[in-house]
Amino acid sequence: MKIGIVVFPGSNCDKDVHHVLRNVLHADADFVWHKRDNLQGYDAIVLPGGFAYGDRLRAGVIAAFSPVMKEVKRLAKEGKPILGVCNGFQILVESGLLPGALMKNNSLKFVCKWTKITVESNRTPFTHTLEPKQQIRIPVANQEGRYYADPKTIETLENNNHVVFKYHEDDPNGSVNGIAGISNEQGNVVGMMPHPERASESILSPVGSNDAVLIFESLLDYLDEQR
Amino acid sequence: MGKYLVSVIIENKAYINDPEGETILKDLIAKGGYSTVKAVRTAKMLNITIEARDRKDAEDTVKKLCNELRIYNPVVSNCKVESVNVAEARN
Repeated sequence: MKIGIVVFPGSNCDKDVHHVLRNVLHADADFVWHKRDNLQGYDAIVLPGGFAYGDRLRAGVIAAFSPVMKEVKRLAKEGKPILGVCNGFQILVESGLLPGALMKNNSLKFVCKWTKITVESNRTPFTHTLEPKQQIRIPVANQEGRYYADPKTIETLENNNHVVFKYHEDDPNGSVNGIAGISNEQGNVVGMMPHPERASESILSPVGSNDAVLIFESLLDYLDEQR
Repeated sequence: MGKYLVSVIIENKAYINDPEGETILKDLIAKGGYSTVKAVRTAKMLNITIEARDRKDAEDTVKKLCNELRIYNPVVSNCKVESVNVAEARN
């Protein structure tokens, strides 16, 4: 099984994701340049964090029109797991694969700190080995992390178990209902603002957390089951 | 064919929080003594120079590209388009 990590001009968390998948979890992971228009052979895709196109016009909007996104949409339709982290979440929202919008943090500041999120849905490939309400210590680093959607969409997300992560006893950006991550209807596309690739080795965490490696492990476990 | 300058104004919908506007109001304008200023909303403007048959053609094309290319995020923003004939404007 092969995982593709899409690299846009300005992505900067691709190598960290690659390191976790290859070196920590010994999975087969490749970099995929955003101009690729063929993703045949990939079983899952990660859209990593960073500043694709320098966040020009709006974070993620120009990247959403990259040639590779047509293929990402095709894989999403086929039910393949797609994970968007931070800028990746913004790109998924701008490309219509996830609902709502990511807006400037309430504080107007770039918020960079360790926080906690809880697992709200374990019905996605990335959380299916986790327990509901399980806490994950994980960092956020963004200026446009405030999740917003209209009340009707929020109600649909909440009632249908499409909210995947929520901030726990913390409000880093003013997201509606403390939403830190959501999935699409099918549950295979997940976007999250915090960075799991930065919380997968305790030696690299000031709070000693490798809690988020479980998210990648859950993905590998899911892909194994699909074989 | 004429050259037209089309301004695209992207404004957040009225019920969306605008902390930037609020900060400018509270921490700059109000503190600067302008108590008669009651609200500030921020917006983004793009000035697009486009060749078109006429004004309507210019505006229609710009409106189309704003929708197709997600120049504004329809979930949270509105988009207003205003044009002026560049040749006219120069005179």
